Amino acid sequence: MNKPIRRVSIFCLVLILALMVRTNWVQGVQADSLASNTHNDRNKYDRYAYPRGNIIVDGERVTSSDFVDGLRYKYKRSWVNGALYAPVTGYSSQSFGSSQLESLEDGFLAGTDDRLFFRNTLDMLTGKEKQGGDVVTTINAKAQKAAFEGLGSKKGAVVALDPATGAILALVSTPSYDPGTFAGGGDADTKAWTDLNADPNKPMLNRALRETYPPGSTFKLVTAAAAFENNVFQNVDDKTETPDPYILPGTSQELKNESANEPCEGATLKVGMDYSCNTVYGKIGADLGRDKMREQAEKFGFNTTVDTPIRAVQSFYPKGSSPDGTALDSIGQHDTRATPLQMAMVASAIANNGSLMQPYLVAQERSANLTTISQHSAKQLGQAISPATAQKLQDMMVSVVQNGTGKNAQIPGLTVGGKTGTAQHGEDNSGTPFAWFVSYAKGADNKSVAVAVVVEDGSNNRDGISGGRLAAPIAKAVMQATLGK
Amino acid sequence: MSTYDLSSGPNSQSGDRPPAPGAPSGGAPAGARRRRGNITITPQGTPNRRNTELALLAFAVLLPVLAYANVGLAIDGSLPAGMLGYGLGMGALALVAHLVMRRWAPYADPLLLPLATLLNGLGVVMIWRLDKAGKLLSKNYPAAPNQLMWSGLGIAFFIVVMVFLKDHRVLQRYTYISMAVALVLLAAPAFFPSREADFGAKIWIHLGPLSFQPGEFAKIILTVFFAGYLMVKRDALALASRRFMGLYLPRGRDLGPIIAIWLVSLLILVFENDLGSSFLFFGLFVVMLYVATERTSWIVFGLLMSVGGAVVVGSTASHVKTRIDAWLDPMAAFAPDHPKGASDQIGQALFAMGSGGATGSGLGQGRSYLIGFAAKSDFIIGSFGEELGLTGLMAIFMVYALIVQRGLRTAIAARDPFGKLFAVGLSSALALQVFVVAGGVTGLIPLTGMTMPFMAQGGSSVVANWALIAILLKISDSARRPGVEPAPASET
Repeated sequence: MNKPIRRVSIFCLVLILALMVRTNWVQGVQADSLASNTHNDRNKYDRYAYPRGNIIVDGERVTSSDFVDGLRYKYKRSWVNGALYAPVTGYSSQSFGSSQLESLEDGFLAGTDDRLFFRNTLDMLTGKEKQGGDVVTTINAKAQKAAFEGLGSKKGAVVALDPATGAILALVSTPSYDPGTFAGGGDADTKAWTDLNADPNKPMLNRALRETYPPGSTFKLVTAAAAFENNVFQNVDDKTETPDPYILPGTSQELKNESANEPCEGATLKVGMDYSCNTVYGKIGADLGRDKMREQAEKFGFNTTVDTPIRAVQSFYPKGSSPDGTALDSIGQHDTRATPLQMAMVASAIANNGSLMQPYLVAQERSANLTTISQHSAKQLGQAISPATAQKLQDMMVSVVQNGTGKNAQIPGLTVGGKTGTAQHGEDNSGTPFAWFVSYAKGADNKSVAVAVVVEDGSNNRDGISGGRLAAPIAKAVMQATLGK
Repeated sequence: MSTYDLSSGPNSQSGDRPPAPGAPSGGAPAGARRRRGNITITPQGTPNRRNTELALLAFAVLLPVLAYANVGLAIDGSLPAGMLGYGLGMGALALVAHLVMRRWAPYADPLLLPLATLLNGLGVVMIWRLDKAGKLLSKNYPAAPNQLMWSGLGIAFFIVVMVFLKDHRVLQRYTYISMAVALVLLAAPAFFPSREADFGAKIWIHLGPLSFQPGEFAKIILTVFFAGYLMVKRDALALASRRFMGLYLPRGRDLGPIIAIWLVSLLILVFENDLGSSFLFFGLFVVMLYVATERTSWIVFGLLMSVGGAVVVGSTASHVKTRIDAWLDPMAAFAPDHPKGASDQIGQALFAMGSGGATGSGLGQGRSYLIGFAAKSDFIIGSFGEELGLTGLMAIFMVYALIVQRGLRTAIAARDPFGKLFAVGLSSALALQVFVVAGGVTGLIPLTGMTMPFMAQGGSSVVANWALIAILLKISDSARRPGVEPAPASET
């Protein structure tokens, strides 16, 4: 019987060998794809298995990781003043994923980033608990607070930039939300998440980066820039041959100004800017033509996305408008659309002598023991306009604040330039207009800040909505908070 | 076996009386040792290897104790409170088993007891570790104390077999009683109400708080019947056949019992939804038939019958079809439109193993509780795969392979045909069971509900498998024992 027994023993070995081969296949060849499979919940739980790194504003943590001793999740994300910083941090929820910096910097915050490998290994050897790295933002806490409080219960957004570097000093969107309400996985979290998503005011929409508005009269800065850059005009005091009202080219439609009493007929560029004359800038745009206008708009960043690293959607300047459309495009109506970030970039390039800097939100990534892993260095996106043009536009913007529609933004001791906008929208412009204010301020120490404010208000009183009245005070508060006046 | 030489054995006069416990293993006379080189089995004066066993046993106890400490450190950051008690308890149990063997099976194989102890110990540690997942696996919680108790009972049963089973050939007398008992055991679950947690497979008997898995014992008892029956009938089965197309076909009346076993295994499949047991019993029978008759035609016959049965049942029983679908596409359970009742167990087990990778997450640091309640029982291999990785699973499979091979080695060494058949049956049953369970968990073959011998949670399984090892050791002891009278003459 021994011969068949030997054969049986070989057969049994083959059985075990088959198991071994299969196991090698699963745990060797397929291991990575199985481990990273979206249905493999380990990845979800591992993100909260140890304290997550924090997002830092002005040296203070605006996030923390709470030990919850959950069965699956050990930690839960929480936010200090969540609603204020939600457009910056985004959310990081056990059940609903993550967004914005919490998502984009996830590898670093979670400590899985390769750049933290050495430190993690060291911690493992010394028996320290693993911890994610910190992300230091460029946000100025005072400016952020001023903007948030300024908007208050109104719907809108504020972006403040440091013109010299592109650092984002304030990034506010209202109404906001508290990401802490749905950070966990309980029923209350699910309800909060469902309610937020169903809210018609879209509190989770980051209006500063992800919403485009017709920029209205604030776009006249771009039109003026195009006029100087194309040598149509040399000086801010050059007279234009503008009729009032202006008949849109190729049509019999009249383009009017806010009031017939304003000195817009044949006004200089500066006066046209002070009084925000639609006729003056509509005609300049139409005379320049759609291509030259678009070229200038694109130099300021229109028609491209911007990664701050949170991606801002494209602001839009149209390609194929007819001449009458171009006239309207040039005063920020018709098809022109801009994000608040985009208009802040326009002001920032003007304030920075024409040089447009890449807007950025993350100044530094550092490990838990404060070793700097990466440091942002300022990067120029391009020269949007010549320094001479920038100087002329600055003169005009200062004049708007001194003499024109932007008087509400005056700050004693600072040089403030600005431009108001009241953008019509909706079917036959029937919607409540958006109030804009785009400005910059310079201190004596040459420190500067550029701000864009948009307020989309539900008020039915159309006269009550204007850039100067609603948006300018908010911009003023932000500039004051930033430059300390 | 014909090389056995009675007169040369120095212990021939006192062959039936084992040496006192602790007798030195090197006590074999030089004359006997010289002969070892040129023959397969040398019963004369073979060193009894008990000291080797003791050393291996110390290792087999130490390893799970270290694993236990490892789990405590990983989860609580401190050595588990019960570590000393657990270590001493396991050590004491192993030591008692070892001492019993010194007295009642001094010449038995030195590897089987340590290997089984190692698997049992690691199994308890993993179950304890999964108990630590607490509420996540509340369906059977806490399971480790029970498993430890059953392991103790298993070793107690091991000792009972060691002491009271004087000679395995005694069992030969109970051939037909065994058949009856095995059939009763196999049929019983079909007559007891099943519980929700059984997931369709009727392999349990529930009596109040106690649950009993008769299949595990049926495995051994059926092997007794097969061995006894085939020993008597093997000549008839092997010789009285007609040659047809190169195959020896058996006579019709010899086919009877085979068809009967085939039908029984199909009935298990149909009425108890137990694919695994069905496969195991039929496979076991074919293997033993082949060994008894040395006729390859039986294997062909067996394969044809099992394929035929599988196709018929597989295409009619929805339970089996579900299992096969889950095997073909384990990830289907995660699709949004997955069929109702599709289980994600195999997918979860694959995730566990994949996440474990080559070296594993480390004990206590995986998340194999995601597999669900079966993480401690049928799917314990998946839990090991995650926490000990590919490396750990290879080692575990190697341990099983060693047990099986030592069992088959015992079969070769055994002097009587009944012992040979019995040992082959028990060893290959173990191999088939490991293959069926681990193959199902790793997705090699469709999943069947069976327990991983020694490791998985389950009292019946642990006790039955300790009995299996005890019987193998008894056969091994009598095979290696010097100087007993030769077995009834048989060709070998």
